[in-house]
Amino acid sequence: MLEARSLSYAVGGKTLLENISFRLEAGQMLSIIGPNGAGKSTLLRLLSGEVQPDAGQIELLGRPLSSYRPLELALERAVLTQRREINFPFDAYEVAFLGRLPHLERRAENPQDHRVTEHALSQTGALQFATRRYQTLSGGEQSRVDLARVLAQEPRLLLLDEPTNHLDPKHQVEVLALCRRLARAGWGVLTVLHDLNLAGLFSDRILLLHQGRVEALGQPAEVLQPARLQAVYGLPFIQTQHPSGRPWVMPLAEADAVVSRSEEPLAAGRVSL
Amino acid sequence: MQPSSFYKASGRYRSTLLALGVLLPLVVLISAGLGAYYIPPQEIPRILWERSEQAYAVLVSVRFPRVLLALLVGALLALSGAVMQGLFRNPLADPGLIGVSAGAALGAAIFIILVPGAGILEVYALPLAAFVGGLLATLAVWFMASSGGRVQTLTLLLAGIAINALAGALIGLLITRATDEQLRSLTFWTLGGYSGATWGGLAAMAPTALLAFWGLMRLARPLNALVLGESEAFHLGVHLERFKRQAVALAALAVGTAVAAAGGVGFIGLVAPHLFRLMAGPDHRYLLVGSVLLGAGLSALADLIARTVASPAELPVGVVTSLLGAPFFIWLLLRFKQGAAR
Repeated sequence: MLEARSLSYAVGGKTLLENISFRLEAGQMLSIIGPNGAGKSTLLRLLSGEVQPDAGQIELLGRPLSSYRPLELALERAVLTQRREINFPFDAYEVAFLGRLPHLERRAENPQDHRVTEHALSQTGALQFATRRYQTLSGGEQSRVDLARVLAQEPRLLLLDEPTNHLDPKHQVEVLALCRRLARAGWGVLTVLHDLNLAGLFSDRILLLHQGRVEALGQPAEVLQPARLQAVYGLPFIQTQHPSGRPWVMPLAEADAVVSRSEEPLAAGRVSL
Repeated sequence: MQPSSFYKASGRYRSTLLALGVLLPLVVLISAGLGAYYIPPQEIPRILWERSEQAYAVLVSVRFPRVLLALLVGALLALSGAVMQGLFRNPLADPGLIGVSAGAALGAAIFIILVPGAGILEVYALPLAAFVGGLLATLAVWFMASSGGRVQTLTLLLAGIAINALAGALIGLLITRATDEQLRSLTFWTLGGYSGATWGGLAAMAPTALLAFWGLMRLARPLNALVLGESEAFHLGVHLERFKRQAVALAALAVGTAVAAAGGVGFIGLVAPHLFRLMAGPDHRYLLVGSVLLGAGLSALADLIARTVASPAELPVGVVTSLLGAPFFIWLLLRFKQGAAR
């Protein structure tokens, strides 16, 4: 469904991504993990068609991404970005309904559009505050409304940049379980995640990015190797097993050791606590 | 699945539009009736039908051109205000931000002060000078903000501020060599007014006004997408650069036409979209129509006040809109401040 071949991208002489290749099949959920600044969000911007790679090709549904017009793209793929700020008094339902816009380009809205929007809101657990002003919602509630908006777009490919951001553990799990169900229903789902274990639990495959390159790409158990994670994150990790049989990794660090190294001036005061 | 319960949410938009649609003709009748020569508003339909009385002549040759001009200018300013607020994603944006008003004022100043014997030509050539000045200023803003085929919205804003300042300075320079009479006509032009309304003038502004209305109304969907941000608008299928080009060009056309016909009428472009958001909501598919209706009505009412309150003298319309608009704007700011603190 989505294929990247040898993507490279640089801004102002600084290489952000180098020689990235991978495939995402329909029905699959692929997570991109990596440290801050590894290029995860940049890769998502390339895959969304928002910026063009300096080298390499992206194909969506067998067609070069660059050959799509913005509206054609919007009917095939939806994107959830991280920062969003709405300066007008839209209510949450209206924000979710914005996902229907690409479908309304050539026809008037009909009850079906509203059913789709409402269903999307209920899928992300956002229906109960749908009539509230978006600006007055908490960060987690806004995230769920935004995810509903992306679902209401009814794409075949979902690109999600940290969909679990601002969410409590229950909603993190629910959102990722939803993504997995959508993948099982035939959508392609690509998410950027920071939580290694959530990525390990819910993804079919994981792509580990490090300094703009693909460090590892494969099934969770292959990618989440302690030695590899230590090389990338600069921290020792241990691996154990989740009850489901999937890998479970933890940074092996003592709180005080980390505090005293990274916050030297404060450490003296904290030790006595 | 049950029919959606939120489907009715658009009801508030529709009922507001309906109410405005009913109120506007009433405002037109009242504006056309009141004045130095009083015509009972409820008699106007009959007078128009019978075409006989003196009142008919007053209505057709004096009142209607003027009311129509007020409606048209108010609608153009309010519509471009709504579009500019959407483009800059800021509810406090004003249609003058892209330099068109300042450029028009400079065009008018150049014409009034530097063209000798402007007195005779003024009726026809002054609006043209203002219109061209407005478009040239916007063009300058556009080219300052574009690089490599892309336009940064923030740069557009800053370039607009720079051009506004530059035009203001140039007008100041011109004023130093103006005669008292020139200064007076420039001042009155700046304050705005509909007293110069004629059928000929209306016909002259009709083509650009209609083009701007038609084009700006079609931007409702991209404006809705832009509410989420520029990247998000692209993700929702908006061709960003094309959209920005259309929005700026059409708004410049609309404001240029309005300012050329009536000088500087302030605050309507800012206040009308706001009022509609307060009454109904921010969805641009309704907001654009609502701003047109509200802008037209507010403008006609402001003109009614301008020509009746100090009768037989007449206040510049710009003075009335600013006198009423500025306190409203301050109230809005205070309200926002409270909202942010809560």
